[in-house]
Amino acid sequence: MIKVYTSSVIDAPADAVWARVRDFNGLPQWTPFVVDSRIEEGQPADRIGCVRNFRLRDGGVIRERLLTLSDYDYQCSYSILESPMGVENYVATLKLTPVTEGNRTFAEWWAEFDCAPERAQALAEQIGQGVFQAAFDSLKKVVAR
Amino acid sequence: MIRVRRSAVIDAPLERVWAVLRDFNSHSAWHPAVGPSALERSEPPDQVGCVRDFTLKDGNHIREQLLALSDRDHASTYCILDATLPMRNYVATVQLKRVTDGDRTFWHWESTFDVPRGREREFEHLVGGQVYEAGFAGLAAYLRRGARSAAVLPAVESQGVVAMSFGGPEVLRLRRLEAPAPRSGEVRLRQTAIGVNYIDVYMRKGLYQMIEPPAPIGMEAAGVVVESNAPGLSAGDRVAYACLPPGAYVTMRTLPASQLVLLPDHVDEETAAALMLKGMTAEYLLHRTHRIQAGDTVLVHAAAGGVGLLLCQWARALGARVVGTVSTAAKAELAHANGCEHPIVTQNYSFAARTKQVSGGRGADVIYDGLGREAASENLAALATRGHWVSYGQATGALEPMSLGEKSGTFSQPVLFHYTAESLLPMAGRVFAALRDGTIRPDVRQRYPLAAAADAHRDLEARRTSGQIVLLA
Repeated sequence: MIKVYTSSVIDAPADAVWARVRDFNGLPQWTPFVVDSRIEEGQPADRIGCVRNFRLRDGGVIRERLLTLSDYDYQCSYSILESPMGVENYVATLKLTPVTEGNRTFAEWWAEFDCAPERAQALAEQIGQGVFQAAFDSLKKVVAR
Repeated sequence: MIRVRRSAVIDAPLERVWAVLRDFNSHSAWHPAVGPSALERSEPPDQVGCVRDFTLKDGNHIREQLLALSDRDHASTYCILDATLPMRNYVATVQLKRVTDGDRTFWHWESTFDVPRGREREFEHLVGGQVYEAGFAGLAAYLRRGARSAAVLPAVESQGVVAMSFGGPEVLRLRRLEAPAPRSGEVRLRQTAIGVNYIDVYMRKGLYQMIEPPAPIGMEAAGVVVESNAPGLSAGDRVAYACLPPGAYVTMRTLPASQLVLLPDHVDEETAAALMLKGMTAEYLLHRTHRIQAGDTVLVHAAAGGVGLLLCQWARALGARVVGTVSTAAKAELAHANGCEHPIVTQNYSFAARTKQVSGGRGADVIYDGLGREAASENLAALATRGHWVSYGQATGALEPMSLGEKSGTFSQPVLFHYTAESLLPMAGRVFAALRDGTIRPDVRQRYPLAAAADAHRDLEARRTSGQIVLLA
């Protein structure tokens, strides 16, 4: 089991950041690498169990299932059903916590998954920096006041 | 129930922040509101269940217990056991998380507690602002300072009153002395007020072998920290002490921080100098050596003296019937005005009959005896059956061995410094609280310049003084 943990500080109130990231169908609006996204079977994007189907800039398609969503804890988690990344048992969680000093947001994003051992380090780097940190950097610009 | 949550981002790696915070007794080094702090029973600071006993710089006194500590979650949970603040059921958790973006630390601090109705906002603000937010800034500043480079300070000149030999007041002379640079754990003080006690007379005469002349005398003083080499105290802090070794009759003094008590805003330095030794003496005599109960008959000798007046005031406030001995009618009036219901004027230590009379024949449940030999037989006669005779001074000479069997009596011979060694902060805290609510009212009637210490001794020995005496530096 590989574990990846990425965290950052976003200079906007947690409720404003959460309004962006709680939309399970909203990746194209705040990440740099998703071209388009839809929720399968016409489900609402905040219905637990719904599946988002999105396309990356490089053409790859990923399907992910929403596992948990908490407007109380500012937290959601999801699993990968299909992807070109070569990962198994992939579950990720995104969580926001208010930073009272400066009214900012502490954002955490972590994932656990299985993969071929020789690919572990490269995948951890790609997911931690290429996906999570890149998405945080993009989010900072989107919510900038 | 109030819930307070505050959080911040500290610009340092998680390991550095956690190394400080996991030490339950580190707060006096980095929190700007925390004064001296000690772990009870000398337990290690990562011992779950350990208790830290500390004073806030505003004078409040708190005991907190470590309930949980996790190096895995970088979290610590603790509760308040006792506080001079009206907070109940206080449980707080500190938790750190790594900010991988920039290798910083997210710090979350949260608590729940109860306060009296109507004071919720006040305490939310106090805990959230003056404790948590001030703590974030304090720790960030502490980490920026890094390992504080101990500057090499020179010794400084001090003026002191020195006993040139054992003898009368004339052996006291003003001399040039030095206050050494504070070593680790020490501070250097500029003293402003010095308390005079009868023990200083014994010391000067050589009755108590506490000094080797020539040496400065004196047991208590108050002043301002000039240089600090100790966590919890910084330059400008107002402090006071009552401790060994002797040497308080000086203008500058270097002492271990562990002997010092921070003065709350409501206690001025003259009051502190007048009150540290005498107030803490009254505190332990009435609350520790013997726990006064409402309705007890208490016999206080030298009831108009420095400790006597405080004993009268405090014992009366605790609901005791206070009987006191004094040497003149004027002192009887003063003692009476300070809670001594039955002052007895006597020049020859004759008080047992009157003590029994005012207590319905029972006698004194507790005797606070600073007299010693000359009053011993009267004290035994004045003691109630199963009474407690507390000898805390021997102004007329050492007591001879005796039997208390005829009264099933208890005898104690307490020494202040054995109590302060274990309980300095709670004792001083109770004295300051009693001062604030008016339970005790020090009465500084005699002030002398430090250089005139010999005059103060002459007046004290001639029984010309009452209340507390201070020397002003």
